[in-house]
Amino acid sequence: MTRLLSVGVLMGLAAVWWLAASGSVIFPTPPQVLRGMAELAKNGMLVRHVTASLYRVTFGYGLAVLLAIPLGILMGWSPTAFTAFNPAVQMLRPISPIAWIPLAILWFGVGDLGPTFLVFLASFFPLVVGTTSGVQMVGREYIRAAQNFGITGFKLFRTIIVPGALPTIITSMRVALGVGWLVVVAAEMVGINSGLGYLIIDSRNAGMRYDLVVAGMIIIGTIGLLLDVVMRRLETLKEVRWRFVRGS
Amino acid sequence: MGANIAVNAMCKSFRAGDGRVSAVEDMSFTVRDGEFVSIVGPSGCGKSTLLNVLAGFEAPDRGEVLIDGRPILAPSRRGILITQRGSVFPWMTVRKNLDLVLNGAPKTERQHIITHHLNLVGLGGFGERYPHELSGGMLQRVEVARALVAKPDVLYMDEPFGALDALTRLTVRNELLRIITRDGPTCLLVTHDVEEALHVADRVFVMTPRPARVACIVDVTAPRPRRMSSPELVGLKERILTELGVCVADVA
Repeated sequence: MTRLLSVGVLMGLAAVWWLAASGSVIFPTPPQVLRGMAELAKNGMLVRHVTASLYRVTFGYGLAVLLAIPLGILMGWSPTAFTAFNPAVQMLRPISPIAWIPLAILWFGVGDLGPTFLVFLASFFPLVVGTTSGVQMVGREYIRAAQNFGITGFKLFRTIIVPGALPTIITSMRVALGVGWLVVVAAEMVGINSGLGYLIIDSRNAGMRYDLVVAGMIIIGTIGLLLDVVMRRLETLKEVRWRFVRGS
Repeated sequence: MGANIAVNAMCKSFRAGDGRVSAVEDMSFTVRDGEFVSIVGPSGCGKSTLLNVLAGFEAPDRGEVLIDGRPILAPSRRGILITQRGSVFPWMTVRKNLDLVLNGAPKTERQHIITHHLNLVGLGGFGERYPHELSGGMLQRVEVARALVAKPDVLYMDEPFGALDALTRLTVRNELLRIITRDGPTCLLVTHDVEEALHVADRVFVMTPRPARVACIVDVTAPRPRRMSSPELVGLKERILTELGVCVADVA
């Protein structure tokens, strides 16, 4: 029933769009966009660009997860590490990854590496901040109990700190993937010739194909939604359910 | 199993705003091996501070705390503290919670000990559950089972049943008594419930308002299981309430 409702909202939006666009010469209607999508699917462009974007996100985000989570755990656990790294993190964090584009082109040229680097930057900071606060928020009562039972060192880390912070880490992983997906499209609009961002900018530049522009946008939205659904699955793992159940 | 406790001229204060507030002042008492002592006092009198010091979470400012003649320097498995807030790790099953504190034994033996203790607190069928799937009363029973699995010499309980409803409280308390008498660590129970204190204890320490000192010690010699309506216990209850400054006529 609720699912039907969400389909209804989408249909409603499409209807408003259709009505608004029907008089326009340049803005495409839903059927035009659907035809555009079919065209992209047929000539292989859809698969090519989607693959290119997902590839960059996978590596940029993957690297961010590998580096940011250990750093966040360290910063959350050790006040010294927090004092040392936090100012740097907080200063670099508000710089939009887009602002790094000139440097990315300078350093990495016009290949896959540039956008991958930008996705890495975009995902890295939410992950560090989320993981740090996740570790800092592990209940004092649990750490005291562990102390009481003589659980120390690596065992404390493995059985108390990391599992206690895991729900927050997973939420920040979800946020970071969303931001990474947001940024890859922007990064692909400059100095590169593949990916969904390129598809959009090229469709406009090469012939005012706004049907393909909107088709690209809808594909981006759909993939973003699917990524979020996958990440939400992680929140239902039984090791982290405790944080996400309400009223207990 | 058990240990005797000796507190000699112990003082403990903590920072509050600009100055220091004395929580425990010049406190001395002894508890015998295997004895069950309840500590009652006005709220905020420093009872919790006392347990924190005894369990090694805080160091006394002056004086000493000896467990079996040796000073307590840090928390250890020999003295387990249970609080109202509970500390059963929510990210692992009940069984894993117990398993985590059992180190050194081979797996089959550990499984056996865990099953035994879960049965003891009436949670035999709940080992594979996660804490958020259990009720408050069940959680406190897991807390007790986990503490006992560690085989402590002393069990410190800081209002362990404070968050439970009256009926559950009574059930869990009865269960605790049944288990403790069988297994026998020395027990210190902090509570603001005079009846609860009398129900379980061999002796009741009545505290003064802050800074806490032992105002008087009440021996409870009534045989167990105790009926709270027996004239002896009613008399003791009135005596303790008077000591706490509560007018008995108002309560009765």
